[in-house]
Amino acid sequence: MSQELVRLKDIWVHYNGVTALEGVSLTVDQGDFLGIIGPNGGGKTTLLKLILGLVNPSHGTVSVLGKAPEQSRKDIGYVPQHNLFDRSFPISVGETVIMGRYGRTGLFRRYRREDRVRAEAALQTVGLLEHRDRQIGKLSGGEQQRVLIARALATEPKLLLLDEPTASVDSTAQTEFYELLEELKQRIAIIMVSHDIGAISIYVNKIACLNRQLVYHGSKEITAEVLEATYKCPVQLIAHGTVPHRVLKEH
Amino acid sequence: MLEALQYDFMINALLAGLLASIACGIVGVYVVTKRIVFISGGIAHASFGGIGLGYFVGISPVIGAMIFSVASALGIGLVSRRTRLPEDTVIGILWATGMALGIVFIGLTPGYAPDLFSYLFGNILTVPRSDLILMAALDAVIVITVIALYKEFLAISFDEEFSTVTGIPVEALYLLLLSMIALTVVVLLRVVGIILVIALLTIPAALARQFTSSLRTMMLLAILFGAILTFGGLWVSYLLDLASGATIILLSGIAMLIIIGVSRLRRRVQAPAKETT
Repeated sequence: MSQELVRLKDIWVHYNGVTALEGVSLTVDQGDFLGIIGPNGGGKTTLLKLILGLVNPSHGTVSVLGKAPEQSRKDIGYVPQHNLFDRSFPISVGETVIMGRYGRTGLFRRYRREDRVRAEAALQTVGLLEHRDRQIGKLSGGEQQRVLIARALATEPKLLLLDEPTASVDSTAQTEFYELLEELKQRIAIIMVSHDIGAISIYVNKIACLNRQLVYHGSKEITAEVLEATYKCPVQLIAHGTVPHRVLKEH
Repeated sequence: MLEALQYDFMINALLAGLLASIACGIVGVYVVTKRIVFISGGIAHASFGGIGLGYFVGISPVIGAMIFSVASALGIGLVSRRTRLPEDTVIGILWATGMALGIVFIGLTPGYAPDLFSYLFGNILTVPRSDLILMAALDAVIVITVIALYKEFLAISFDEEFSTVTGIPVEALYLLLLSMIALTVVVLLRVVGIILVIALLTIPAALARQFTSSLRTMMLLAILFGAILTFGGLWVSYLLDLASGATIILLSGIAMLIIIGVSRLRRRVQAPAKETT
């Protein structure tokens, strides 16, 4: 039996009187690549923050690796939306990635040789080792996204959380990016949140549709009805064959 | 200028300028990159309450300012993080309340408040030896703290959320960073005064940022620029018989304008060259 990494049980989250999540239950096992789709404001980021222990549920329980989320952070690689940070910040690619080693280093201590080796290996994985001395803002959007993935990988995570990783990344970079995830999912469980339904379902092996409530959760064959219930409007439905293709629903 | 060096007060002034440059170079880099300039302004102005308290209870106004600036730094940090009040509202309230307290305390103090003007606008020529020793001690605290916690401060300045996830005690370190701004305000108090502190916290660091994209280099450059600007300002104020604090700030503002102008020009010259490659 595969190990259970995340268990959310009947989660309710309220922000300033607004309900962000209503009765969400979800499990993620080792080897899963879970794609969570849903409209903006549907609670996708909140769900990730619950798993990280950055948001507390008003009702329900969260357990990550069998512990409280705060205690499991060391084993989670978090990749925030890359357009949220200040691009002109004076930090190099290498300095950004080695931040991921903090959990294995600690307060006042300097990064050791092993930390540098791990950080470089993570940069190598995402194919950006030669850029390690460049200022982060000098890289393209897709490359910045990969730097943040390298930073998450440097923590040696058991679970990778990706928040809208393909937002503001051009399509060539997206393809490369999904190929990278394809490779990573062999050894790390992944939860990826996105509004990009098309790209997400080709690569994931489980899917969840979230619009405050979890409309669907399971294997990746979603029906048009489920998507409509999630987005509250007709959407493109993706069919999976030997060649992934899209079926346009009439509307 | 050289003949001026035979005076003790001139030597003290140069030492004060150097000590001020170290504090504002290091801490200013965090203020500029983390975009907490307005918080720094709030901390600086709130410290006026402490200057008033110093006069009122008969202790050194500098010590009073130190107590008030650290307390207001912690206050702004805690209230803005733990309550739903918007940060800039908290800053605005503390900013004005601190100054109001200072004015009330000075009003309650019998007689005349000597040096009041120099606490507001600085007077680098009258820094007493005791304050130089305090400035050096605060510089030492700042330098040791930043060396010990360099990687933590870099992480929380760049990405607080990731820092929290990775286990850095973000709130405690943020409060420590704000306290270091408070100490820097005290170091700069005698040189440029609380009203003008904000310029020395931002201009040398902003100038340094034009030349490097490494935080460490930026700090060293900011110290260098701070020293050049305070010495230059002191020299100009000596030649033209102007207020030293204000002259230092004006010189800094002019330097900033020139650097921005030059870098814009350079970009305009480089842009067509790039298109051909």
